[in-house]
Amino acid sequence: MNKKLLSAPFLFWSALFIIIPLCMVFYYGLTDQTGAFTLENIKAIATPEHSKALWEAIKLSVISTVICFFLAYPLAMILTGMSTSKNSLIVLIFILPMWMNFLLRTMAWQTLLEKTGVINGILSALHLPALKIINTPSAIVLGMVYNFLPFMVLPIYNVLVKIDPNVVNAARDLGANSVQTFLKITLPLSVPGIISGITMVFVPALTTFVISKILGGSKVLLIGNVIEQEFTQTGNWHLGSGLSIVLMLFIIFNMVISAVTDKDGEANAL
Amino acid sequence: MMRNIAKKIYILLILFFLYAPIVTLIVLSFNKSKTRSKWGGFTVKWYGSLFENEAIMQALWNTLLIAFLSAAFATIIGTIACVSMQGMKKHFRTICLGITNIPMLNAEIVTGISLMLLFISLGIKFGFLTILMAHITFNIPYVILSILPRMKQLNPSTYEAALDLGASHIQAFFKVVFPDLLPGILSGFLMAFTMSLDDFIITHFTKGPGIDTLSTKIYTEVKKGIKPEMYALSSLIFVSVLILLLLVNYTPKKKKN
Repeated sequence: MNKKLLSAPFLFWSALFIIIPLCMVFYYGLTDQTGAFTLENIKAIATPEHSKALWEAIKLSVISTVICFFLAYPLAMILTGMSTSKNSLIVLIFILPMWMNFLLRTMAWQTLLEKTGVINGILSALHLPALKIINTPSAIVLGMVYNFLPFMVLPIYNVLVKIDPNVVNAARDLGANSVQTFLKITLPLSVPGIISGITMVFVPALTTFVISKILGGSKVLLIGNVIEQEFTQTGNWHLGSGLSIVLMLFIIFNMVISAVTDKDGEANAL
Repeated sequence: MMRNIAKKIYILLILFFLYAPIVTLIVLSFNKSKTRSKWGGFTVKWYGSLFENEAIMQALWNTLLIAFLSAAFATIIGTIACVSMQGMKKHFRTICLGITNIPMLNAEIVTGISLMLLFISLGIKFGFLTILMAHITFNIPYVILSILPRMKQLNPSTYEAALDLGASHIQAFFKVVFPDLLPGILSGFLMAFTMSLDDFIITHFTKGPGIDTLSTKIYTEVKKGIKPEMYALSSLIFVSVLILLLLVNYTPKKKKN
């Protein structure tokens, strides 16, 4: 029947609001003010100011992703081991914070970390040295880990609960100890979840401009901040688009890896 | 035994990490002093003045309206897309799904600026409509992803049986296929609603000067100092969602997925 016709609204919408806008980013990124083709906007990434922002963003997002992974994996394993009746509630507890506005949550960390903030108040009452991490890269990493941790926990958890316990038991029966079982059975089986989690943490962390603005003061500039400024303040869309294209290369690289390792999309968290 | 205690401590530590800022915000909503670094005593006055603050109420209304409308439109477009994808050739279908995933996998900042460039070149005035269109766009993938698994479980014979028994295509869809898809459609709608509610980055790039959602309002206030009413409002939202989730969780479940 006319099922082809049914797909028209969706195809139209996707073309107009997904494909064409992306093409426009490429158009602006590859032309100058007069509309002539140029690679200057892409090459601009090599200027000290921009390459520093990109490098800083890569560094902080990799650190955050690694920390998220090491926090999330044990957590996902513990959650998997719990009785199924409690499960959905416990998972909800980890999603619930996302219902508080993300800007406010990040800003609350500012209150907690400030020089005269809550944490330092407690520390000084205990006669401990004060924490000085607000407006430093460490505060940004903390904000990234805080905001994106659930995106790491959920995909890993989703994969872990699907592992047939008999496979694990079989390994134990055949004489593997718990470390061997983990390394040879559980970990390899959870790779799709890990990859999906890494993507879901790395991409938003790499491209954020909000967390760095709120927790980094104006001292730490990430590539996201540079792009945002080009669009909302400086108004140089060509340069902003050029830098976005560079950013997209990282994302595409990440997407290809996750597409190769997770063909069935079984690790999709949401 | 030791292991169990260690596990519990670990979970508690993570929970503490996740909820510390939320508790902070709720505490701040009862703070008499207007600055966040000082505790000026307990008060509930912000909860009262919240409802008289027209700017916040307008932003809340915009946020809810955009979330509802964008989720509704995305659900309709997404559902139709899922149904139509069923009849597509496999190759074409993969391409369609790939395109669907772009806004989900791409960085929000890139989606935001790409839509901004589109609206500028189309000459559309920035405002409510542009935010709405942007939200529909990034909501569609969430809807499709929650309906597709249901679609795969569907038995095509039931639809054909309905046709054989004399139902029209539309009747067969609404009486046979739709009820089976409904849980997926509902969860897709809810997911889209949530995503729209919490979005800041894409709204930031597609909103005009005269209009604010809660997120963009908070963002402009971060530098000047956030009004305590905002803490009160977020605490109210958080607590109502908490209650809602607890209610949903404790109602008997119909089936396990």
